[in-house]
Amino acid sequence: MSLLRTRGLSRHFGGLIAVEGVDFDLEEGEVRALIGPNGAGKSTLVGMISGRIPPSRGTIEFDGVEITSWPAHKRIMAGMSYTFQITSVFPGLPVRENVALAARRRVPQGEVTQAVEAALARVGLGERIDQEAGDLSYGHQRLLEIAMGLVQRPRLLILDEPTQGLAEGEVAQFKALIRDLAGATTILLIEHNMQVVMEVADRVSVLNFGEMLAQGTPEEIRANAEVQAAYLGGGDAAA
Amino acid sequence: MSGAGRIWGLHLGLIAVLFALQFLLPAYHHGNLARIMVLASYAVGYNILFGYTGLLSLGHALFFAAGMYGMGLGIQHGGLSPAPALVLGIGAGAVVSLALGLLALRTSGVAFMIVTLMFAQAGYLTILYFGEYTRGDEGFVIQSAQRVLWGIDLSEPSNRYFAALVLFAACLLLSLWLIRRPFGRTLIAIRENEERVRMLGYDTQAHKLGAMVISGTISAAAGAFYGLLFGYAGASFGAVPHSILPLLYVLLGGAGTILGPFMGALFMFYLIDLSSGVTTAHMLIAGVALVLLTLFAPQGIMGELRRRAFGWLP
Repeated sequence: MSLLRTRGLSRHFGGLIAVEGVDFDLEEGEVRALIGPNGAGKSTLVGMISGRIPPSRGTIEFDGVEITSWPAHKRIMAGMSYTFQITSVFPGLPVRENVALAARRRVPQGEVTQAVEAALARVGLGERIDQEAGDLSYGHQRLLEIAMGLVQRPRLLILDEPTQGLAEGEVAQFKALIRDLAGATTILLIEHNMQVVMEVADRVSVLNFGEMLAQGTPEEIRANAEVQAAYLGGGDAAA
Repeated sequence: MSGAGRIWGLHLGLIAVLFALQFLLPAYHHGNLARIMVLASYAVGYNILFGYTGLLSLGHALFFAAGMYGMGLGIQHGGLSPAPALVLGIGAGAVVSLALGLLALRTSGVAFMIVTLMFAQAGYLTILYFGEYTRGDEGFVIQSAQRVLWGIDLSEPSNRYFAALVLFAACLLLSLWLIRRPFGRTLIAIRENEERVRMLGYDTQAHKLGAMVISGTISAAAGAFYGLLFGYAGASFGAVPHSILPLLYVLLGGAGTILGPFMGALFMFYLIDLSSGVTTAHMLIAGVALVLLTLFAPQGIMGELRRRAFGWLP
């Protein structure tokens, strides 16, 4: 059974069609990349899935339960986790407290400290645990975002452009992390870096002008002529 | 943890100092400090919503007045003794803050300020409208004979000081405890970035409502004690300037610091007290002091201390 299922999911902003009639299925345990040119509706689609943006039409099911009208916090409690595209940590709070805030929602009280330290160690920020988050470099703030997602032990981890602004070494570390999580956690990844997509994704979905253009394995997507025309061959290709 | 010991030590130490001052201060300052402690309790309540949760209310006089009139009318017209009258006042504050929270928290930012201001104004006009019971602007005196709590005459200065200290200590320690708990830390996170908190799985609306009720109830407790200790309830305590007062205290003392409300109330009270001895334009001096503080210590007294030297201050 699919962990996540959307049917006819649409979002219009006034006259602008951001997402139109998207049917999307995500199997338990897979790593799925969501790609598409800028403005294709990727962030709007995951915004609707995570509950940040109410859909204009359509339904969302998570783990067999319809959640279309659920508020975001209830979806997180049900096992989704969402990391922001634009870094959105708490700059005035210590790194530890940033992750603890995420942990306290999903981890039993006695295990919070341990879970926080483990999540930070996993993204390589173990030594910066007592720094203020605002003092971290941009790349480290991105990693902190990911740690805040990880610590919630989500069933579905949604990552919105996680490698944006990361240094090369950090990207390699990120890829290793995703491979490490694969299987245990279902991951939905919006990503511009095609090298990352090709290396870590089991399957790839391509959005274009708010509609699902193609879905398949990385090889199939790479070979798909429509996708090449819309995206890979366009001026937008990041690879 | 030594950090927790230091924090509790500091705050319990302040309470001990205030206790000792009771025996040392001359009568005039003794009376002032009792009043300051009650006003500081009001500001402690305000600080939970404004300083820690980041919601700027312009209507806290409504809660203060709910406490004051809940208590005062209970004694005056309900024939209650002080203990149940205090409970009635504090309960009235809880109900009013819950109701206002449910309505006002549908808005945010400037709209929230205006909605709270308008409801407080409506509360003030309600006090005037029912002048038959409340005596409107003129207010009513609660006689000494009606202010005997468990055999203790609260109109007697040292009893009054001690009662004010009990209230202040309770409010201060409650706020310190609250802010160190996960609930309080979530409020701070809401102040920093509400959308992020929501996307971490928190019902931010429920947290803000909780903060509003706690804040309003503490403010109401201050109002109820104020009326009981100083023997008077009047409509001016529900008017707009009385909503601005805790905001000024908290800004001066340091928003989002536990000791800020007390420091702000102390500073402001004596600033006005001393300057009114020099000139009738004492609010002008208070205004200049505010401008200077905003320019050179925008985080308030305790906020500045925390920034410069004592990073561990809660």
